[in-house]
Amino acid sequence: MELHFAGENAMMLYLGETTSPEIAARVQSAGLAVEACLGDDLLDLVPSYASLLIIYNPMTTDHLSVAHRIRQSLDQIDGTMADDGNEVVLPVYYHPEAGEDLEALADRASMSVDEVISLHSGGEYRVYAIGFAPGFAYLGQVDEQIAAPRLATPRQKVPRGAVAIADRQTAVYPAESPGGWNLIGRCPVRMFDPQATPTMPVSVGDRVRFEPIDRSRFLALGGEL
Amino acid sequence: MSLKVIQPGILSLLQDSGRMGQHRIGLTNGGPLDPEAFNYCNRLLQNAPGSTAVEISFGGLLLEATVDTFICLTGAVMPLRINNKVQPQWEVLPVSAGDRISVDFAEQGCRAYLGVADGFDIAPSFGSTATVVREKIGGLAGDKLHVNDELSCARVASRKRLYLREDHRPRYQNEVTVRVIPGYQQKHFSRYQQRRFFSHAYTVSDRCDRMGYRLEGPAIECDIEGILSEGICFGAIQVPADGQPIVLLNDRQTIGGYPKIGSALSLDCAHLAQLRPGGKVHFAPISPHGAHNALHLADSFVRRRPLMERTN
Repeated sequence: MELHFAGENAMMLYLGETTSPEIAARVQSAGLAVEACLGDDLLDLVPSYASLLIIYNPMTTDHLSVAHRIRQSLDQIDGTMADDGNEVVLPVYYHPEAGEDLEALADRASMSVDEVISLHSGGEYRVYAIGFAPGFAYLGQVDEQIAAPRLATPRQKVPRGAVAIADRQTAVYPAESPGGWNLIGRCPVRMFDPQATPTMPVSVGDRVRFEPIDRSRFLALGGEL
Repeated sequence: MSLKVIQPGILSLLQDSGRMGQHRIGLTNGGPLDPEAFNYCNRLLQNAPGSTAVEISFGGLLLEATVDTFICLTGAVMPLRINNKVQPQWEVLPVSAGDRISVDFAEQGCRAYLGVADGFDIAPSFGSTATVVREKIGGLAGDKLHVNDELSCARVASRKRLYLREDHRPRYQNEVTVRVIPGYQQKHFSRYQQRRFFSHAYTVSDRCDRMGYRLEGPAIECDIEGILSEGICFGAIQVPADGQPIVLLNDRQTIGGYPKIGSALSLDCAHLAQLRPGGKVHFAPISPHGAHNALHLADSFVRRRPLMERTN
């Protein structure tokens, strides 16, 4: 564990150096501990793969007090594991008409489209971080055989609901946006809905599985092609 | 009862003090790029701190009042006229239904704040009215102001005519020194590269916006190209592969994977954001202790600064 001053109102806590479910669990439990120990002095938290950015109110406290309290509270939680997160199942229509890069990705991996689908939908993914855009959840880790680098030229428009792979990460685009990930399917569930409670079906630490569905089921669930 | 938009100008955005506590779902802060000028606007109008005002970038805004109230324009020097008559900035001014309020193009600085008595009455989203266009959140339908938008506000019959003395107003120049807390990723920048960063002037590039200010100058080399994506705090200075630093501001993405050489002091970011492309930036190191003291001294300084009252 390493704690650094990141700015006039921020501290960066590292809980590891790589991506793993164990480190993600430590990030999650550290987040709960920091929330509890800083109380109203805490303004925001940004959990990511192996780190936690802690933003506090420098007008009500100071960096020395924050660092001291964080260290003390982490000593107490050391060794305890956070809960395993909720399990969330997201339906996906995997098909070249819904995922423009599905066939290219299969070719690249020297396997059939069905094998790609079965590898992607066979895994359980942890929500490592949320960022980039509202509701964009970084899920990991994708089976090494279907990991694929980002496109050399990002697309101007990736549709809402696009299910995509970049390296060993996968995600569902919460809104239409530019993007350079490899598109393999489409999910009819909205990943970010400002009107809904909760606004997102997942939070950091949850476990996500993808369930293949066919075209008619996708459309029935409100998906758009 | 509102101020109605006749011409929106280049980029006019409804802003309160910003959205906090929503990074977890990927929402950034938004809020005024120059909180100093924004806070003075509300303080002069005797509004609750953080009341919603319009951030006018570069100018060109024309409004028509449909209500009797009071307004105040702070920040960048943008000639203000009510019914074509020139009016002072940094001062509470009465307007009546039918009056036309025009804010011309900036002569010094580039962000001004137009506030109204009691603030604009805008429904908050995720706890704030701050507009973040990239996220389509806040303000009116998550967008900048457009022709015919109605900025709802209350009828206010009386308000003290407060103003800020001219010699107390911030001066917006074309050159800014930004104090920087050297970052925890310093180990990836050699001592030579750090010295380079702190001893050369940088120029504000054309690519400067509410997400961040890209600067141009001597390239800073970093011994890594990227880091595992992590949270980004306000003011973080990213150095991408081309070595040209970017100071990340209110509408930044909440996580990212570029290495950071340090983090700029918010007090100085307010002045940085008043620079236009071509403006000059110098960086000076400051310790975390120094930064903390600077924040508290600035706060106490503003609190003690007297507001004058016009009595004619």
